[in-house]
Amino acid sequence: MNLTLKIWRQVDANDKGKMVDYKIAEISGSMSFLEMMDVLNEQLVNAGEQPVAFDHDCREGICGMCSMYINGEAHGPDRGVTTCQLHMRMFKDGDTITIEPFRAASFPVIKDLVVDRSAFDRIQHAGGYISVNTSGNTQDANSIPISKHAADEAMDAATCIGCGACVASCKNSSAMLFVGAKVSQYALLPQGQVEAADRVKNMVAQMDLEGFGNCTNTGACEVECPKGISLDNIARMNRELMKASV
Amino acid sequence: MSGFFKSSIGRKVAMALSAFFLMFFLLQHLSINILSVFSPELFNEVSHFMGTNPIVQFALQPVLIFAVVFHFVMGFILEIRNSRARKVSYAKNNGAANSSWMSRNMIWSGVTILAFILLHFIDFWFPEINTKFIQGDWSGTMEGVEGFRYHEELVHKFVNPIRVGAYVLAFVFLGLHLAHGFTSAFQSVGAASLRKKLDNFGKAYAIIIPAGFIFIALYHHFNH
Repeated sequence: MNLTLKIWRQVDANDKGKMVDYKIAEISGSMSFLEMMDVLNEQLVNAGEQPVAFDHDCREGICGMCSMYINGEAHGPDRGVTTCQLHMRMFKDGDTITIEPFRAASFPVIKDLVVDRSAFDRIQHAGGYISVNTSGNTQDANSIPISKHAADEAMDAATCIGCGACVASCKNSSAMLFVGAKVSQYALLPQGQVEAADRVKNMVAQMDLEGFGNCTNTGACEVECPKGISLDNIARMNRELMKASV
Repeated sequence: MSGFFKSSIGRKVAMALSAFFLMFFLLQHLSINILSVFSPELFNEVSHFMGTNPIVQFALQPVLIFAVVFHFVMGFILEIRNSRARKVSYAKNNGAANSSWMSRNMIWSGVTILAFILLHFIDFWFPEINTKFIQGDWSGTMEGVEGFRYHEELVHKFVNPIRVGAYVLAFVFLGLHLAHGFTSAFQSVGAASLRKKLDNFGKAYAIIIPAGFIFIALYHHFNH
């Protein structure tokens, strides 16, 4: 298929940036979106132009690196996929595809489609962990009884790959689905109870400090999340913070 | 606990608590106003009780005013903070693909309701405050009207078709606001399972409450 691409080009963090149009031909429907971007970059390099910078790593939907806001949606129009899992068969011959970086004041653009998502790292550092003595006397985790229901819910929350699609999709640039998932994955398990109060307080405080917006429960994050993280995790985080604050 | 209400989650919980109070108020307001259609006498009696009862006037009314002011002020504060969280807008954004119009436009339905409340205060609340607290007339009567004045005042307001049109439009926006706000309030206080269980009830509430007020306005307009 032949396509027109409207891509955000920005030299560096200080550049104003602008949308630039590109034509690309003979794209197979079986290609992934990132492979299509590879073809475009090859075309640009051959023409002596700067390739489009974009984040990618595993290319199998697990690392959370690939971002891109494609035709008005994080990771494009398909559901439950990251950009690397998005196939070109989702588009038609002659389509114009608009490609932008994830937009949020807390995710500043570094170059073209690459944004700095280290705000998520700082939120994780604030409490997204459990403290375990690893001196060699560590208890086997399987020796602690955990209900199947709690284990499943914790695992579902833990599937969050921290890609930032929730922030990008939210009209308020809220990070509450991400933080809710990280709080929930520990709140549901006995290993997470000891530090539960400090965890939720510190992670929410860091989230607010980073300048993310307030959740207004539009549900856009849940729809666009490539891992299907549920809004229930935000409700659980709210309960955890209330519990920790009284 | 004061730290809690300074956090983003605390603010949304506070918004939800004020919303619960306002949604309960809407239900009781409609329950009383609908009496004006079926029994003007009973409407007058209940209105006089609500208008002169010291608990209602000096305890519940200030709480209501606080809840209204708080809900609007906090709504605007959150909107400003949220707009700061994305300084560069998307060239193409397909919000309809992942969220309802109502959820994305709470600020605009809210602003419309605020404009309506100002009109409503000018129509009913300010004259009532003037009569009772400035003129000191707590009798509930007026010259030329037999018995209490409340039903006569209500019907008189709905003679003007422009006012009736403004009320109907405002109530449509109230319905849109409630269509998202009802279940959103439960989600904000962490009651995710209640949010799901009350989804249909919330939709019915968002239709029945505004439809009831619209019915009252139209009924009095066409039967005055």
